[in-house]
Amino acid sequence: MKRIYVDEKWCLGCHLCEYYCAFANSGKDDMAKALKNVKINPRIQIEEKDGISFAVSCRHCEEPLCVKGCITGALSVVDGVIQIDSDKCVGCYTCVLSCPYGAIMPSESDDGVVQKCELCLKNSHGKPACVEGCPNRAIIYEEKE
Amino acid sequence: MAINFLYPEYEVIRDKDKCIGCRVCERQCANEVHSYDEDSGCMVSDNAKCVCCHRCVALCPTGALKIVKTNHTFRENANWTGEHICEIYRQAGTGGVLLSSMGNPKNYPIYWDKMLINASQVTNPSIDPLREPMETRVFLGAKPEKVEFNSKGEIKNNLTPQLKLDIPIMFSAMSYGSISYNAHESLARAAEELGTYYNTGEGGLHKDFYKYGPHTIVQVASGRFGVHKDYLNAGAAIEIKMGQGAKPGIGGHLPGIKVGDDISKTRMIPKGSDAISPAPHHDIYSIEDLRQLVYSLKEASDYKKPVIVKIAAVHNVAAIASGIARGGADIIAIDGYRGGTGAAPTTIRDNVGIPIELALASVDQRLREEGIRNRVSIVVGGSIRSSSDIVKAIALGADAVYIGTSALMALGCHLCRSCQHGKCNWGIATQREDLVRRLNPDIGYKRLVNLLTAWNHEIKEMMGGMGINSIEALRGNRLMLRGIGLTEVELNILGIKHAGQ
Repeated sequence: MKRIYVDEKWCLGCHLCEYYCAFANSGKDDMAKALKNVKINPRIQIEEKDGISFAVSCRHCEEPLCVKGCITGALSVVDGVIQIDSDKCVGCYTCVLSCPYGAIMPSESDDGVVQKCELCLKNSHGKPACVEGCPNRAIIYEEKE
Repeated sequence: MAINFLYPEYEVIRDKDKCIGCRVCERQCANEVHSYDEDSGCMVSDNAKCVCCHRCVALCPTGALKIVKTNHTFRENANWTGEHICEIYRQAGTGGVLLSSMGNPKNYPIYWDKMLINASQVTNPSIDPLREPMETRVFLGAKPEKVEFNSKGEIKNNLTPQLKLDIPIMFSAMSYGSISYNAHESLARAAEELGTYYNTGEGGLHKDFYKYGPHTIVQVASGRFGVHKDYLNAGAAIEIKMGQGAKPGIGGHLPGIKVGDDISKTRMIPKGSDAISPAPHHDIYSIEDLRQLVYSLKEASDYKKPVIVKIAAVHNVAAIASGIARGGADIIAIDGYRGGTGAAPTTIRDNVGIPIELALASVDQRLREEGIRNRVSIVVGGSIRSSSDIVKAIALGADAVYIGTSALMALGCHLCRSCQHGKCNWGIATQREDLVRRLNPDIGYKRLVNLLTAWNHEIKEMMGGMGINSIEALRGNRLMLRGIGLTEVELNILGIKHAGQ
């Protein structure tokens, strides 16, 4: 299955991935309209310290703790992609606590309680916007062993 | 400073409706132009620091930025232009020599743009390169006077070492030091994939790049940095740099601040010491001395590698080239006055040297008249901007061309001409680790390959139009060129007729 991988060697810490993520999941068709005066809450986030930076988003683990821990079955694995069914989520945040990468976070939108990277498969972008927007190919979307 | 004589040359224009305050401009500008103002919640810019490199413009996700030349003006004066006035203010303030980088930007004639290429019509049919074979491979090096046979009647191999180029384009000398590790890696990998060569410049060869040796030209310059036996034998050819188009008659100076661990090892000089290349080679004061160095290098490399001598295009270039050919060089590289540099005194860059088009035409003509054109190949550089420049250069008599500036532009260079500051926002002309990282060689080498592949296609199309299917048949074929808007003297030097003749 194709997953998102990050290479800290090429990450510039420019944070563009976060903004492309926020835009892709905003449901709007214009970035300025979507993000003007908005404090973004992206599903991919840059970790940086001492000149090293890299982007962290859902790893789509083969044995996902978040899915195992979900008390309502809102999280499920569909063709390897961990997806969330907002209608079932009751906001217990078990997944937020159990994700070892900190890649699930409370959502601020009206249509869900938690949010996570779903590889842009469900939004209008159709393919990972962070990967397309990375200026230095530090985020890649590919099949690896 | 109480009185600021200099108004910023460029202004950052930010469309407030489009700016989302992502601060990528702030994070990506090594010149610290952009900053976020907490009080107003807006991005602000300090125009005085802007060098117009477009890094922020290229990365702004909403297209909110553009850079414009200021329309702030001095009282109009055709003689005392704003540029002259500002330079005087700058020097009166510092007492220093003005430094610049990349090539001469002044408004001198560009002869490439005053030559037109021929195409066949009825009698000599044009060729479609997509349907018929078309050869752009060239071999650089001395060509034998005649075909010789042994006693059995077989052809004797009397060929001296040659460089085989799949495309008539090489990457010109840019040292590790003047450009970054990642820029070098991009050039090396592209040269390997394209079947051509890149050039170490005078900075030695980094140990990681010995594996690209078969596609490397190693340079020996006046500072002799990083020159040792393995280095000379690592490359496919050895280039002696006598001069450089951007600064003929001037040496080089890599400030100690750029001489970090890696560069110190590669250049074989102490860390933090200034790397100063003298203006002349201190052992070369005549053609005979040059000949000694040519043969020393041939001796050191077992006569297996062609030796290139690179000179800047200056007034008596034809006579110098004749001397070089007689001095035993296999290839002469000529660098025109538009050629780039990582740092040069502005006044030298902008006022010394001659156009490569004229230098090439006169060298080719002189060597032919003396009957020694076959002894050397000619490679020209110094602002080759497009495939048509290459076709014109070859028709004027070049065997191949060197590209430097256009290669860097493929890597992202926006010709802001601030290399000397070492803060290249595109990760090219810098040694600062966080900036070098911005040039990912996986992307860079591919962009170089793309550019040269595209140019090679275009060269084939133009050759096809002329009814020529081999680049060898175009070389020195000046009947394929016509001048436009040129004087009698210029046409004579270029050896071409005027359009309509």
